[in-house]
Amino acid sequence: MALPNKPLGEIKAVRDPEVEEREVDCLIVGGGMAACGAAFEIKKWLPDDMSVLLVDKAAMERSGAVAQGLSAINTYIGENTPDDYVRMVRNDLMGIVREDLIFDLGCHVDDSVHLFEEWGLPIWKKTPEGKNLDGKKGLKMGTLKDGATPVRTGKWQIMINGESYKRIVAEAAKKALGDENILERIFIVELLLDANNPNQIAGAVGFSVRENKVYIIKCKSMLVACGGAVNIYQPRSVGEGKGRAWYPVWNSGSTYTLCMRVGAELTMMENRFTPARFKDGYGPVGAWFLLFKAKTLNGLGEPYATSEAAKKELEKYAPYGTAAITPTCLRNHLMLFEMKEGRGPIIMDTVTALAELGKTMDKKELKHLEAEAWEDFLDMTCGQANLWCATNTEPEKKNSEIMPTEPYLLGSHSGCCGLWVSGPDYDWVPDSYKVKADNGKVYKQMTTVYGLFTAGDGVGGSGHKFSSGSHSEGRIAAKQMVRYAVDHKDYTPTLKMSTDEIVDMVYKPVRVFLDHCEYTTAVDVNPNYIKPNGMMYRLMKATHEYGAGTATFYQTTSKCLEIVMDLLQVMREDCEKMAAGDLHELLRAWEIIHRIWTVESHLRHIQFRKETRYPGFYYQSDHPGQDDENWFCFVNSKYDPEKGEWDIFKKEYVKIIPD
Amino acid sequence: MPSFVIQEKCDGCKGGDKTACMYICPNDLMVLDPNAMKAYNQEPDQCWECFSCVKICPSQAIEVRGYADFVPLGSSIMPMLGTEDIMWTCKFRNGVVKRFKFPVRTTPEGAANAYEDLKGQDLESPLLATEEKDGYQVPKPQALA
Repeated sequence: MALPNKPLGEIKAVRDPEVEEREVDCLIVGGGMAACGAAFEIKKWLPDDMSVLLVDKAAMERSGAVAQGLSAINTYIGENTPDDYVRMVRNDLMGIVREDLIFDLGCHVDDSVHLFEEWGLPIWKKTPEGKNLDGKKGLKMGTLKDGATPVRTGKWQIMINGESYKRIVAEAAKKALGDENILERIFIVELLLDANNPNQIAGAVGFSVRENKVYIIKCKSMLVACGGAVNIYQPRSVGEGKGRAWYPVWNSGSTYTLCMRVGAELTMMENRFTPARFKDGYGPVGAWFLLFKAKTLNGLGEPYATSEAAKKELEKYAPYGTAAITPTCLRNHLMLFEMKEGRGPIIMDTVTALAELGKTMDKKELKHLEAEAWEDFLDMTCGQANLWCATNTEPEKKNSEIMPTEPYLLGSHSGCCGLWVSGPDYDWVPDSYKVKADNGKVYKQMTTVYGLFTAGDGVGGSGHKFSSGSHSEGRIAAKQMVRYAVDHKDYTPTLKMSTDEIVDMVYKPVRVFLDHCEYTTAVDVNPNYIKPNGMMYRLMKATHEYGAGTATFYQTTSKCLEIVMDLLQVMREDCEKMAAGDLHELLRAWEIIHRIWTVESHLRHIQFRKETRYPGFYYQSDHPGQDDENWFCFVNSKYDPEKGEWDIFKKEYVKIIPD
Repeated sequence: MPSFVIQEKCDGCKGGDKTACMYICPNDLMVLDPNAMKAYNQEPDQCWECFSCVKICPSQAIEVRGYADFVPLGSSIMPMLGTEDIMWTCKFRNGVVKRFKFPVRTTPEGAANAYEDLKGQDLESPLLATEEKDGYQVPKPQALA
């Protein structure tokens, strides 16, 4: 048997990869809902003599957060108003949000949902008698666009049969863009600024995970939409189960890192999301709360969330805590309080909920109700369904535990971290929300780097967009990036780095590996390098223990933050010695680099904001409670790529929609 | 809950230019051993259990075994993805079997209207192409109207 000092992956990395250089007008980085929105929209605006390219690190058919499917579309305005949509998002995110972005999204999101239905996504409908029709049966009531009534679970959510949601959306995106304008399995690792115009995007570099090839792609304008950040904190399951992240495990913070590394301003990176989900399987709870009207109980069987003590606790966080819908973080806060007081675990009472609903149903309807409960999992979290099977859990007979997960960073769900982007160019939008380009024009969703746009999880300060909103934001950004490229027709992107320097940078982990792998007899243990897997564990341990992870019930302190900052600094130094022997490992190497930078920005923001704005998501124990007098503002930060320095500062919040 | 490949059933997609599971896995986990002509999951602890490989495998050679750290043995859930529906067979550890059929789409595969011939008119307006076509007007906040 050979010594185990050879790379493990099937596609070995070589020292000198091929290089492919391209130049396009508009570049789309990513392939999820937002990028698919951009792909659908962009050629409808792009002049015939201009070009576009989309690069995805996976295959669009099943990439991004909707890969597995979804059982609901969480943002459909319908009979509601965008004004009320802003109010809902603002309350859930404890007051500080970009109301211009949220309102604008509310004006456009339904158009995407109407397209999804036209493309073939089954959307449930209500009959005049109040019955639910799913699948093709739903179409008997007409389409949403023609005024049919969706099945609402909450005010904003509509039910779908969404197993093939992403396949349907990707099909339209690929047809609209053309296969010749799509590169799959290319991972973009760094963006590049223009050599002549400071603060102007000029291109992106990455590599193929299928062949030894580096890509250098120049462009006039670019959309970066690569999702949020997952596996940045030690997950509750540390064995095989760490793949069962709530958000997609492949989201590596690339959106934030790519943009911050060229100096784009970040906003609200302190905001995180730690969803409470069915324990271990992380199956969705929304339908259980909203559709099946289930209650949560503490370990003593008490409905703690409606207790007098809970009401009192929520009053501390008025007006958010006393609003009709309790903000997500405060629902977690109440749950954690029970657990810390020794009244855990928290139980979802599925048995009572289904029994109550069953009282008015005949046998056939009951059977359908049971199927709906299972579909909720099978459409979007198959593993939770298997966990129920493995633990002999029939929800009408046996309750399930729920639990807050490890922290995630995202901007499209019940979280709002991301890039500071320009609002729309309306007279009612405050000037401070408009980012002006070099020509003085305002391009919605442009970051503070000229020509660099983002969407979905990338847009900060505007959560609750979900799948449909991310798609719409991708479409909006697509039109704006065409507009930018047309307005800058004479601009020729020029890179500062030579091709050799770029290859050096992208393939550095491969070269480190090849330089040293013969030194020891086992490939993973070598004093001259560290493997991405080891670095991943190091990051998780540091954030878990010091950065308000689950180890401390999401608490951190100023001193803990100081320590974790030092640890991150050393991690970044050691990343220079990261080693990758095959292309899969090279993917993991760059992903962990992206994660480390993203986490650093998260913790810098927590360090800066001297209050606890989101109890239940994290606690800064040296600064408990909210301090509206000093902190009713955005926290923004900017990394200066020239100097290698961070700047972090307050940014004014403007209330546009009255209560 | 990592996916696994049944040796006897996997034919490596017959050496075609695209191995189905390798093509689809969103996390680059499924790979082909070109000598054995069999696929395998190269990093089971990074598997999201999205079932994309299970659903796409033309030989039904891929299944999923629950995560060792919290899923007891003995259960399985298996999908059969058709053009209009998906059929799930859910087997409990105690032998209970449940079958569910859910719709997946209302149009034939490949029929999504991408509006390929639609060209937007006004690049300076805030309207998306289909909104412009429909004559949509962007509202102002009610409070400011």
